[in-house]
Amino acid sequence: MPSAPDLLAPALAPPPAAGPLHTETLAIEGMTCASCANFVEKALARAPGVASAHVNLATEKATVAFAPALTSRAQLAAAVEAAGYHVATAAEPAAGGPPAAGGPSDDELAARKALAYQALRRRFWVAAALAAVIMPLSMLMLWPAAMHRVSEPALNYALLLLTLPVLGYCGREFYVSAWNGLRHRTASMDTLIAVGTGAAFLFSLAATLGPQWLRAQGVAPAVYFDTTATIIALILLGKVLEARAKVQTSAAIKALLGLQAKTARVVGPDGRETDVPVADLRPGDVVAVRPGEKVATDGQLTEGHSSLDESMLTGESLPVEKRLGDNVFGATINKTGAFRFRVTKVGTDTVLAQIVQLVSDAQGSRAPIQRLADKVSGVFVPVVMMLALLTFVLWFDLGAPATRLPLALTGFVAVLIIACPCALGLATPTAIMVGTGRGAAYGVLIRNAEALEKAYKVDTVLLDKTGTITQGQPALTDLLPLPGHAAADLLPLLAAVERRSEHPLAAAVVRYADEAQVSNLAATGFRAVEGQGAAATVGGRAVLIGNERLLREAGIALTPAAQEAAAGLLAQAKTVLYAALDGQPAAVLGLADAVRPTSAAAIRALQAQGLEVVMMTGDNPQTAAAVAQQMGIMRYFAEVLPAGKAAKVQELQAEGRTVAMVGDGINDAPALARADVGLAMGTGTDVAVEAAGITLMRPDLQGVATALALSRHTMRTIRQNLFFAFVYNVVGIPVAAGLLYPLTGWLLSPMLAAAAMALSSVSVLTNSLRLRGFKPEA
Amino acid sequence: MDATQVLVTVIGLGLMAFVAWFFFGAPHRVGVAAPAVGGVQQVDIQVKGGYSPDVIEVQRGQPVQLRFYRDETTSCSEELLMPDFNVRRDLPAHQTTTVDLLPQQAGRFEFTCGMHMLRGSLVVK
Repeated sequence: MPSAPDLLAPALAPPPAAGPLHTETLAIEGMTCASCANFVEKALARAPGVASAHVNLATEKATVAFAPALTSRAQLAAAVEAAGYHVATAAEPAAGGPPAAGGPSDDELAARKALAYQALRRRFWVAAALAAVIMPLSMLMLWPAAMHRVSEPALNYALLLLTLPVLGYCGREFYVSAWNGLRHRTASMDTLIAVGTGAAFLFSLAATLGPQWLRAQGVAPAVYFDTTATIIALILLGKVLEARAKVQTSAAIKALLGLQAKTARVVGPDGRETDVPVADLRPGDVVAVRPGEKVATDGQLTEGHSSLDESMLTGESLPVEKRLGDNVFGATINKTGAFRFRVTKVGTDTVLAQIVQLVSDAQGSRAPIQRLADKVSGVFVPVVMMLALLTFVLWFDLGAPATRLPLALTGFVAVLIIACPCALGLATPTAIMVGTGRGAAYGVLIRNAEALEKAYKVDTVLLDKTGTITQGQPALTDLLPLPGHAAADLLPLLAAVERRSEHPLAAAVVRYADEAQVSNLAATGFRAVEGQGAAATVGGRAVLIGNERLLREAGIALTPAAQEAAAGLLAQAKTVLYAALDGQPAAVLGLADAVRPTSAAAIRALQAQGLEVVMMTGDNPQTAAAVAQQMGIMRYFAEVLPAGKAAKVQELQAEGRTVAMVGDGINDAPALARADVGLAMGTGTDVAVEAAGITLMRPDLQGVATALALSRHTMRTIRQNLFFAFVYNVVGIPVAAGLLYPLTGWLLSPMLAAAAMALSSVSVLTNSLRLRGFKPEA
Repeated sequence: MDATQVLVTVIGLGLMAFVAWFFFGAPHRVGVAAPAVGGVQQVDIQVKGGYSPDVIEVQRGQPVQLRFYRDETTSCSEELLMPDFNVRRDLPAHQTTTVDLLPQQAGRFEFTCGMHMLRGSLVVK
């Protein structure tokens, strides 16, 4: 340990290079001025092994870089002590080393919040109990029979004693906070409460201690202890209610985090299953999931099959079938079968983690509608203080000599107490928090408050047909066996060939066969013909499947029946495949990008919301017209090239429309970005589609209707909140100042002002919480 | 108007002027980020009735670590908002909460308490 002479040793050589430097932060206590900070800095810099020391007076911290081989935290602390200052012993966990992400864990935060809430409640109950005694005691003097029996000074002293704990214990925080603010020349809600109750208390104190002196000045020595105590009790009540409601506004994130599984059953190389914490999972691990269990993390199904409840992520209430190779997601629940999956994503890469991140980002974003309220709350408190002073002066100048001081004082206090910047501050963010949280529950992820606000103004919804109205991939819609063949016999043969092919159309045939659960046959001599189709031998029969050219080049002529079937399919704008068996045409297949079953209803729901639905597609006008008619869409753009999508958005905007563009987020990013609001239909793997303001977790147009309805509900709530908060203050402050007194004789008691103020922010919060009841219009 | 009224009026108006000057004319306390290990610009900010420093200067394109130490229990400062960076963070009392950012654009970005009464700004150069 360096002694004081060490520190004062003259001109100590620059610190020797002794290995890597370590940086440590010390909390210094006892510094009062810049010269103190300088002194501490010098003392630290002179300590052996210290490369640099920097002291921040404002934060009362010293950041010291030193060679751990030559000195230690304890030695540095000793150097500070020797210089006459003190180092706070509570070392911060994050000091020096890499910061723990965001500081304390969520559990710790929750525990601290719970403790703070308990303390707040305790302070409220003490204040309420004391106020309940102080109030009737104060009224004793209004009762003529009591007036003669009770000594007024004695009663005042009793009231003073009862009020002191209300100020010193229950309301202490207001005064401390106001004082801290004044030192930084900032003012908050607490400043108003402290000045208001402080003025009432100090006057009452003077009236209690020196009533004669006040009388000599022509002032009636009235006491306002009941006012002081009641105001503090009521404001604490407001804070208790506010704290309770605030917890609920952020409940969505907590609920999402709570979905996370705690452990996973990892299958070892020897096949043994062991439970490991989810945090220890690594990509590549194989995890076994039994029926009823939660999927631990994201991965790919490698064994077995099952149906999973994915509602917590996508809002889809029906279980989703999962087969070999399908992606499974953490936090979803396995319903029926047992299966194994290979971990592909862990930690912050998982879909759940991305959702949590997106929702919490959205909750931290600012809505443009908030701008005015923000401007107002920035100047609110000082302006209210000036208004309160003006109230005092006006009452004092205009009031009758006998009553002017009490009127001026109560007016002053009432103005300070009734003003509520909190309601203004809470109006927008609380609604955004509840709204975005509610959206997440329905698989509607809102990127930020601005997207939510813009969605509210949308009057036109532009749908990119492929991938939104339709599945976005071809599906086998027609399997037309030619005379002499049966579909049930043909399908296993065709599937056997197509299973070997990698063509998207082949995949559609395989999916169709899988859904029909046909038997799996082996194909030999498989041969893919580029741009035509494929051929193979299945069960000893030569199978050919592909376009007309494939058959023609194989020397197989199409029968009139085949030609007729194909013409019918072509008329419906379907893609046609032909199948041949042992050199003879056997079937005609029609493939199309199938319409999602929910699309028509969702489009009707959008139209019922008063929105114009416009479709765009790369299809020819005939096909586009057919789909539009089927969907009940009046306006559409056909033959739109991928590069021209953004221009169509612009075209609609030029008509003065506010456009929501719905796409699959893959090849329509420019159009999504160009639109007033971009809605990307997620594929379940990519949560944060960069170009989109809103991501729908479920490939279902119903999500668009839900998102737009949610934005309208949220914005309506925000408007109600802002209106209430502004009107409350604009009406409340003049009434408290006594503006109605000359007309009606009304004066607002500061206690009523406190009740109004306590209720105002709670009302705003409660209104925001109503959004939790939002349900999509089915 | 008697003498007391004149006195009260003069003092009252004087106080109003003082309130305006005191709060609206408050000087800013500028803090410049100290480059720490690994090129991270670190700034310690005390949260106690306000932010000190309340103007924080950092360089563009380099990671910034803001270390908020909330030295009070009053609920006014319990939340920190940095809307331009989508940050809404609880600041537990008597504890340091770190906020990591990567400012890509130069400009002045405001940060406030949950109700926009306490203010500060991050100046990215």
